[in-house]
Amino acid sequence: MAAQEPSTRKKKSRERFAHPEVAIPTATRKSFYGHGIPGVKLEELAGKLIVIEGADGSGRSTQINRLVKWLEATGHATVQVGLKRSTLVSEELAAAQEGNILSRTTLSLFYATDFADQLVNVIIPSLRAGFIVIADRYIYTLMARDLARGADMDWLRNLYDIALVPDAVIYLKVSPQTLVQRNFAKNPELDYWESGMDLGLSRDMFDSFLRYQSILIDQFRDLQKVYNFRIVNADRPVEPIQNMLRKWIDTVLTRG
Amino acid sequence: MIKTFGEQGFPGRLIAVEGVDGSGKSTQIYLLKRWLEIQGCKVHLSDWSSSQLVKNATSKGKKRTLLTPTTFSLIHATDFADRYERQVVPLLRAGYLVLCDRYIFTAYARDVVRGCPPDWVRGLYSFAALPDLTFFFKARLETSVNRTLANRPSLKYFEAGMDMNLSTDIEESFRIYQGRLLEQYLAMTMEFGFTEIPADQSVEPQQALMRRLVTDKISLKKFI
Repeated sequence: MAAQEPSTRKKKSRERFAHPEVAIPTATRKSFYGHGIPGVKLEELAGKLIVIEGADGSGRSTQINRLVKWLEATGHATVQVGLKRSTLVSEELAAAQEGNILSRTTLSLFYATDFADQLVNVIIPSLRAGFIVIADRYIYTLMARDLARGADMDWLRNLYDIALVPDAVIYLKVSPQTLVQRNFAKNPELDYWESGMDLGLSRDMFDSFLRYQSILIDQFRDLQKVYNFRIVNADRPVEPIQNMLRKWIDTVLTRG
Repeated sequence: MIKTFGEQGFPGRLIAVEGVDGSGKSTQIYLLKRWLEIQGCKVHLSDWSSSQLVKNATSKGKKRTLLTPTTFSLIHATDFADRYERQVVPLLRAGYLVLCDRYIFTAYARDVVRGCPPDWVRGLYSFAALPDLTFFFKARLETSVNRTLANRPSLKYFEAGMDMNLSTDIEESFRIYQGRLLEQYLAMTMEFGFTEIPADQSVEPQQALMRRLVTDKISLKKFI
């Protein structure tokens, strides 16, 4: 590689550090979907809650990693949360899934407990401290999975009306065929739960995976009508999606 | 309105006992179970908070005092659902008499006292059918509090309602908490048609009354 002219290099680094301003997010009043969490003062929640939804293989983690890098580069403190990460029940949830021993309502409530624990002990305190919280999936995945298993919509809406309404929700929609390919690119096996094997759709795992994932896409489409989130076609490469996310999140941070 | 198991066409019947700590309900449901067993009935007694998996998480949460009203409520609902789906419903489908030491009303009372919205809690448990018979052990607060304090070497943190900062003195906290639970039970009595058992009296007359009421309400010969 040819050495850069010293003068150009100096100029470049001067440009890089020329504008160290950090955009201050506009405070917007938060709300709960319904009953919410007892005792929380919504006006204290200064941070922003950004939710990225999508199946395994939709590129969620890649997009989130890049978003966090970008947000930190632009001076925002971030916190990440996700499903099955609570101190309270995450180990028990994993054990239960391993043995496939919980019935549906129980599993559903177990996940809700995991969610509530993180909502109360991580999301809300972080928002109070002015952080940008990036949630790697939120109540919508939990609801879609339960709906696919025959749960009652009114029951679910009541259960999850403890949740905060996020400042932005993006659903990375990927066709089942693309998901299969991306899964195999990472892992030679399909996951039991991601294939919806407990539903008895097919004894053939590949077939079950495709059918289950397309059921989930339908459920997300229905949930979108209720919860009004943004659906992004994520069959495309990482870059254009990331640029779109940044643009949108930027407007979310600065809108009054 | 949610229906009872009988109204939903289950061959089995569910009898629940409710009341504050020290009201004597566990003693009474145990004696009822023994009587039914000795008569040759198909009967099963189910305790509140007994599933192993959830017990691990609950005790962890309780130890670390991680639980807030919402998570306290949800983890108990999870535990209840586990027992309900794996034990209670299959037994009732098989034509058993299922006796429950506490049922959803315990959750209604505890969660509401902790500040959860009543209709949220009720919605949470709306998957569960109502008992065919619910006994409410109604004792004066002093009776139940004194029974508990006399029988227990020490009160547990959540049992005494210490998470609600009612008092720094654990016995005082227990008293206030139990008083609030009692208010909730009294308010639910009419709504859910509880059958009251005067629980200030001694063991035998309560058990005699219970057995008579069970015989009146449930045709026991179907369970032999």
